Amino acid sequence: MNEDISSEHQEKATVIRQLYRQLRQRPRLTEAVTVGAIALFAIAIVPFFLSAFNLDLLNRYLALAILALGIDLIWGYTGMLSLGHGIFFALGGYAIAMHLKLQIPPDASSQLPSFMSLYGVTELPAFWKPFYSFPLTLIAVFLIPALLATFLGYLVFRNRIRGVYFSILTQAATIVFFNLFNGQQKLINGTNGLTDFKTILGAEVSNSNTQFVIYTLTVLLLVGAYYLCRWLTGGRFGKVLVAIRDDETRLRFSGYDPTGYKVLVFAISGALAGIAGALFTLRSGIISPKAMDIAFSIEMVIWVAVGGRATLIGAIVGALLVNYSKSWLISQFPDIWLFFQGGLFLLVVLVLPNGLIGWLKTEGINLLRRLVKRPRYVTTYPSLEEDPEVRRERENLGN
Amino acid sequence: MLFLDSLFNGVSIGAVLLIAALGLAIVFGIMGVINLAHGELMMIGAYTTYVVQNGFKLLGDNWFEFYIIFAIPMAFLVAAAVGLMLERWVIRYLYGRPLETLLATWGVSLILQQFVRSVSWSMFVGILLFSLLFFGGIWVLKKRLDFDRLRRPAIAVLLPLSVGIAIAASVLSGNLFKLAFTKPWFGAQGVDVTAPGWLRQGLELGSLYLPYVRLFIIGLTVVCVAGIYLFLQRSPWGLRIRAVTQNRTMSACLGIPTQKVDALTFAIGSGLAGIAGCAISFLGSVGPNTGQNYIVDAFMVVVVGGVGQLFGTIVAAIAIGTVSYLLGSGTIAALVSDVNFLSDFFSFFANTSMARVMVFALIIAFLQVRPAGLFPQKGRTVDA
Repeated sequence: MNEDISSEHQEKATVIRQLYRQLRQRPRLTEAVTVGAIALFAIAIVPFFLSAFNLDLLNRYLALAILALGIDLIWGYTGMLSLGHGIFFALGGYAIAMHLKLQIPPDASSQLPSFMSLYGVTELPAFWKPFYSFPLTLIAVFLIPALLATFLGYLVFRNRIRGVYFSILTQAATIVFFNLFNGQQKLINGTNGLTDFKTILGAEVSNSNTQFVIYTLTVLLLVGAYYLCRWLTGGRFGKVLVAIRDDETRLRFSGYDPTGYKVLVFAISGALAGIAGALFTLRSGIISPKAMDIAFSIEMVIWVAVGGRATLIGAIVGALLVNYSKSWLISQFPDIWLFFQGGLFLLVVLVLPNGLIGWLKTEGINLLRRLVKRPRYVTTYPSLEEDPEVRRERENLGN
Repeated sequence: MLFLDSLFNGVSIGAVLLIAALGLAIVFGIMGVINLAHGELMMIGAYTTYVVQNGFKLLGDNWFEFYIIFAIPMAFLVAAAVGLMLERWVIRYLYGRPLETLLATWGVSLILQQFVRSVSWSMFVGILLFSLLFFGGIWVLKKRLDFDRLRRPAIAVLLPLSVGIAIAASVLSGNLFKLAFTKPWFGAQGVDVTAPGWLRQGLELGSLYLPYVRLFIIGLTVVCVAGIYLFLQRSPWGLRIRAVTQNRTMSACLGIPTQKVDALTFAIGSGLAGIAGCAISFLGSVGPNTGQNYIVDAFMVVVVGGVGQLFGTIVAAIAIGTVSYLLGSGTIAALVSDVNFLSDFFSFFANTSMARVMVFALIIAFLQVRPAGLFPQKGRTVDA
């Protein structure tokens, strides 16, 4: 008798579970199809419609979108405003650039990168040597930023340094690394940075075919990064991140140790920045300490803010949109474009705090529904929202 | 002797840092606002000094000797006025959202930088006209009783209208008067402030040479710190400010106008930035990026000193200034020249940029021991 009930119970539970899984998977399937279609469109069709110059821009901005995903992870979801992602971006860029600089034909007069002989360096510094190997370089591109982020993050988060303190420290770190790289003429060509790349894996870097491969790779890596962030934020891990953002003290009192989570998410975010830096460097052909400028590190944050925090799509949209309008504005108003950039910061923070995607999700959707004469979505009890008496009271109160 | 000399220089750098960080520390301590435009307020103070100097140059040499006495309060007032505008128009809406404030003030700092680069008579005309039309229009409408209902449509009409008229007027005046109107006042290049004659010498004590400019800056810092201390401890508004620092809600309940306190605090902090700008204008050329060079160091002072602690800020500023000068000038490397290994190590850090690297490492190490700074706040409200 008892067994009967329990088996019946189990059967019901399985049915419910299946139903739940189906319901959960349906939007995921649509999303996967959409993402796949966009990626396919970007790889197979877009290059034929864009000029080489515009494709180059698109490629760079797609690389920056990977970076924006990392920022969204750490700022949008975890609530830590890092103003030091330029460091990780530049480290990734330097890693790949060092590999490229070591592609010296065996018959060349000097087996050193060209700038080194200029400063009288006779032997390759030890830290350059691993970059002879391509696989090691590929690992270094994300591992070095991730390790640095882990180290810095551990030292900072262990002491519960957070909020604006964390922002200031990362900002100071940016200046420090800028100075460090700027001053080392002999080791990494200081202010001038690494440039003038010739070949990668035997193929010419500036060749249009190579550049197309890099473009494809960028699109695929962006999709990969998106799914990584999606996976991270979708599950329990993502809930902890949001909890850190919303009330870290309470989370700690619930028995969690936020330090580990914060260090991990900072490292992942740094790794994404490193990958973005490497792709960007491949396409732009230069990496210099300028990438560790404070201004650039703060700009990254505004991409995410424009797109919408804690929405991964928002980070990508924001990075593309802001960068395109930036290059357009610079070409149109080279003298006064800082006004526009400063204005954008103010506008986003004051008028559009949730970003474009956030606005679409809250007010935008209601605006659209009003255009097609449908009732607005309500966030509280519908009966309360629709109650004429409540409405009249609100109007009288002036809100 | 070398050591004493460097120590003096280090302390004077610390004094500049302190005067730059003082305003930041007060604003951060009371309002929890990190003002990334603080450096630009310093820059405004420096440019004010430049303008005052030029004005006094016209009056003749006798007047020029004393322009500083006029320049310091002017720098304070101009920077305070800009700070007040900043608080009223931007920061007021962002209390309790420190990270957003950070971004907004960064935007303000970009705008201010570009402003000093490209401000000219035609732009001045445009801004004046815009302010007259827009704020004048709002002011007129505010007298109507149903203003709250009118606010949105009024802004929607007035804003584009006044922007359009202002831009048209500024372009028109630029075309009409040509270069006389379109030439930037300051330009992107740095401008130089000349110290008056009596500041250009130095005090000789045996083999020790102390430039008067540096002594003057140290003196100015002492006066500012003392002034702020007296203001906070002895004046009625200082008492209110301290009350709001300790417990904002309770102060509001007891009838302290917290909004006024915020505005006043921000204006005073900005004014101090103006004085700091006046001080740094004697040390080198003044350009649109002047503030950026000091701002991060000033923040580090606030972090090391601990929030809302005047004394901590003083100690941290002097310590950071001295240590970075001793490292950067190579004094420490010279002191330990007997020990080969140490000397090599310190020589590597013996320039300004590498000294920064070292100081940052020291600060991170220090924060491992005292995460909340030198003199952390005690009590239950700290972690909230």
